[in-house]
Amino acid sequence: MMIVNWLIGGPQGMGVETSANSFARSCAYAGYWVFGKREYHSNITGEHSYFIVTVSDKPLHSFRDKLDVLATFDERTLRLHINDVKSGGVVIYDAEISLSSLNIKRDDIVFVPIKYNEIIKETAEKFGLGDIKKLQVMRNSICVFASAGILELPAECVEESMKHIFIGKRSKVLEPNKYAGLTAYKYAQSFSHKIEKKLHKREEETKRVILTGTQATALGKLVAGCRFQTYYPITPATDESEFLESIAKKYNMVVIQAEDEIAAITMSIGASLAGARASSSTSGPGFSLMAEALGWSGMNEVPIVIINYQRGGPSTGLPTRHEQGDLKFAIYAGHGEFPRIVLAPGDIQEAFYMVADAFNLAEKYQCPVIVLEDKLLANSVKTINQLDISKVKIERGKILQDSQNGQTLKKFRRFEFSEDGISPRVFLGHEGFIFWNSGDEHDEFGHITEDPENRLRMHEKRMKKLQKIVEETPMEKKIGEFGNPDSKFVVVSWGSTVGVALSALEELKEKGIEFFLLQIKMIHPLDAELVKSKIKGKVKIAVENNYSGQLASHITEKTGEFFDHLILKWTGRPISHDELVSALEKIIKMNYKEKRLVLSYGI
Amino acid sequence: MQNFQSIYRSDVESDWCPGCGDFGILSAIIQALGELEIPPWKCAIFSGIGCSGKTPHFINTYGIHTLHGRPLPFAIGAKMANPSLTVIAISGDGDGYGIGAGHFVNAGRRNVDITYIVHNNGVYGLTKGQASPTLKRGAQPKSLKYPNLNDMVNPIAIALASGYSFVARGFAYNVKHLKEIIKQAIIHKGLALVDVLQPCPVFNTVDTKEKYMERIKILDGNEFPTNDIKKAFEKALDEENLWIGIFYKNPEKETYEERYSEILSSYPSECPANLKMSDEKGNPTTDISEVLSNFLC
Repeated sequence: MMIVNWLIGGPQGMGVETSANSFARSCAYAGYWVFGKREYHSNITGEHSYFIVTVSDKPLHSFRDKLDVLATFDERTLRLHINDVKSGGVVIYDAEISLSSLNIKRDDIVFVPIKYNEIIKETAEKFGLGDIKKLQVMRNSICVFASAGILELPAECVEESMKHIFIGKRSKVLEPNKYAGLTAYKYAQSFSHKIEKKLHKREEETKRVILTGTQATALGKLVAGCRFQTYYPITPATDESEFLESIAKKYNMVVIQAEDEIAAITMSIGASLAGARASSSTSGPGFSLMAEALGWSGMNEVPIVIINYQRGGPSTGLPTRHEQGDLKFAIYAGHGEFPRIVLAPGDIQEAFYMVADAFNLAEKYQCPVIVLEDKLLANSVKTINQLDISKVKIERGKILQDSQNGQTLKKFRRFEFSEDGISPRVFLGHEGFIFWNSGDEHDEFGHITEDPENRLRMHEKRMKKLQKIVEETPMEKKIGEFGNPDSKFVVVSWGSTVGVALSALEELKEKGIEFFLLQIKMIHPLDAELVKSKIKGKVKIAVENNYSGQLASHITEKTGEFFDHLILKWTGRPISHDELVSALEKIIKMNYKEKRLVLSYGI
Repeated sequence: MQNFQSIYRSDVESDWCPGCGDFGILSAIIQALGELEIPPWKCAIFSGIGCSGKTPHFINTYGIHTLHGRPLPFAIGAKMANPSLTVIAISGDGDGYGIGAGHFVNAGRRNVDITYIVHNNGVYGLTKGQASPTLKRGAQPKSLKYPNLNDMVNPIAIALASGYSFVARGFAYNVKHLKEIIKQAIIHKGLALVDVLQPCPVFNTVDTKEKYMERIKILDGNEFPTNDIKKAFEKALDEENLWIGIFYKNPEKETYEERYSEILSSYPSECPANLKMSDEKGNPTTDISEVLSNFLC
């Protein structure tokens, strides 16, 4: 598998994200598979941000750290990332920077000095653009073109990608950016003979799309029939709602920016009662606020889908950084006991299908479904197989369709005791019927009652759903299995960490080191017997982006199986391919004795 | 006058205290629904927590007894999902002006076509009489250990400042007047507040029915202009008189539903609740090919 690993960095506000997306798309148009990882500060302008785009001729499960190309247009990026550049790699930098003053001495790297200021000045003159200061942002396009030049990535691919990025008001500056870029392209191309790696156009048979996690999630909701979305702006969830807003018109999708997350979830519950498929997306702090209403929806058996894009916690935490710290909270949020489902997609593609199916689960079992995603998944951009809508099904569970004779008013037993614990549902406005809901314990009609006999039955009616979900859900919706199931070692992971575990699996296999990789997709209710059968008797290694090994702990609680090793990371940076390969080698091959192995690579 | 109790009064016995103002409000609501001929199943009543929270259980409509302070967002979600519903939110003054103050104000920004009836009694009755946001400073109803340290809020003024397009007040013991106001509030296109002075005979030993009756003055619908927000504020801020009636009414203000119909292609005729999302075999009918065309590679 061939890999070209590219990083661009710069101060926030200077188009780092835009340019990285442009480069990622360019490589995709040239027929490559890409995995883009974005890192940024909780800041609008000035702080350092960077974007890695890993490019390959095969599908990628994770980004890489060591760089083939370091593309910079400021000094700080050069300083911060130079040590990650591989031997034989390339550094694109501002010609006005003196490398020796930064103590940079690498004669195993090709340095490509770009005269940014000159190019911008020339472009400004040619197009009659005034303010040079404002035009500094063109550096990022110049940088992308220069990167393409030295890698011999066809310029048309970059031009094509820019058409998708310079839209709306930005389209006015498309031509100047192209001109400046092509100038740099030609110059950088003159260096291409000095390096081995190339990104010539290649044939890729598979039909693909390039999406971020928030976009895939949004599309999953849309296809599932969700037309009511609420949100409160919070990183990294906001992008999903803004994407839905941008396409809302055609689909008559009502997207409401609520005054807080409590309003967001309660509006969604109200909409669901009226018969809409409703959802709300947030991150940890917002999810904390939603806890009470989550309980209300569990108590009143109202289907809703909540996406929690986890980020560094606790409290305000690391707002723009990656973590998987809310697993236990998602399982137990809300006082008292009530059924809910907690899912975690392993990658962007899975997010589309899992989120679409989340609505089916929510309506079938009439309970809240929480989908745990994370910052890495939300913000990564990835080439994935074209979405197959035929794989999506819509199942709305027990909904009473027939209309009562409108003349006689009939009280509807919304919480009717039934064999399987699930009562038929009608929506608000259903002709001829009325029912009640109450956060208080209630009878079959929804009226308040404190009667212990009713409480005994009604509470169990709700809680029994968990067992039903475990019994009825097919295995492939609960777990994912990879690698060698007979191996003595089992690595257990969840969410986007499964990606890096998979890429480590692939590399280690080539080195003759094998293991079994178990992904938990349906975290709660956990099919304890199934999971136990997969891990019993093996050396158990959990890989998670949190401090306490929450999934491992959850599995231990439900199965009685203890984990031998926990590979953990909580620096707010996702686990990297190289550090995980190292860690697994330590454990599997080098007899690592400690239980905890803490990772911390990357800024 | 026709009695609508047989249609709209549910079979649940109310557990309110004898003499409670809530009974008057319940009667007024039932009478209003009846006179407006609203079919029970077309109406959804959302309540908060407290004595007033029980109200939907006593009325034959869809009744959603929600969380403390939150009936408004629940109600707004339901209404925006299915605008053909008649939606009423009911709560106490703690729900509305205390814990729910954020939702109270922000609902005004949206002007969703719903009616919000607030049982305003100056105390938290169901938790046994603590001061609520509408209890005056210095008042000491029987549960308070020392006189109230907090000033009271002015709900009418807050509603006017927040954008409510119909702002009114009633009195639980003038059921006929209250019923008329509630009818108008329901008919009104937009967010309608009906703040109801509601004596709590057990815990609010300060704001008694008699005290209210001494101070209450009715805004004469024929004389007082309801299209003048400045005059409405004046009446709201009047310390001498306790005005009831309609302070302000603006039927021209665009509702939230109308604003969304401007930006969506066919809302509300196509609304989230009535969407046909799949065929008979359960295959999704949503077509995202156009959106995806921007992401093909």
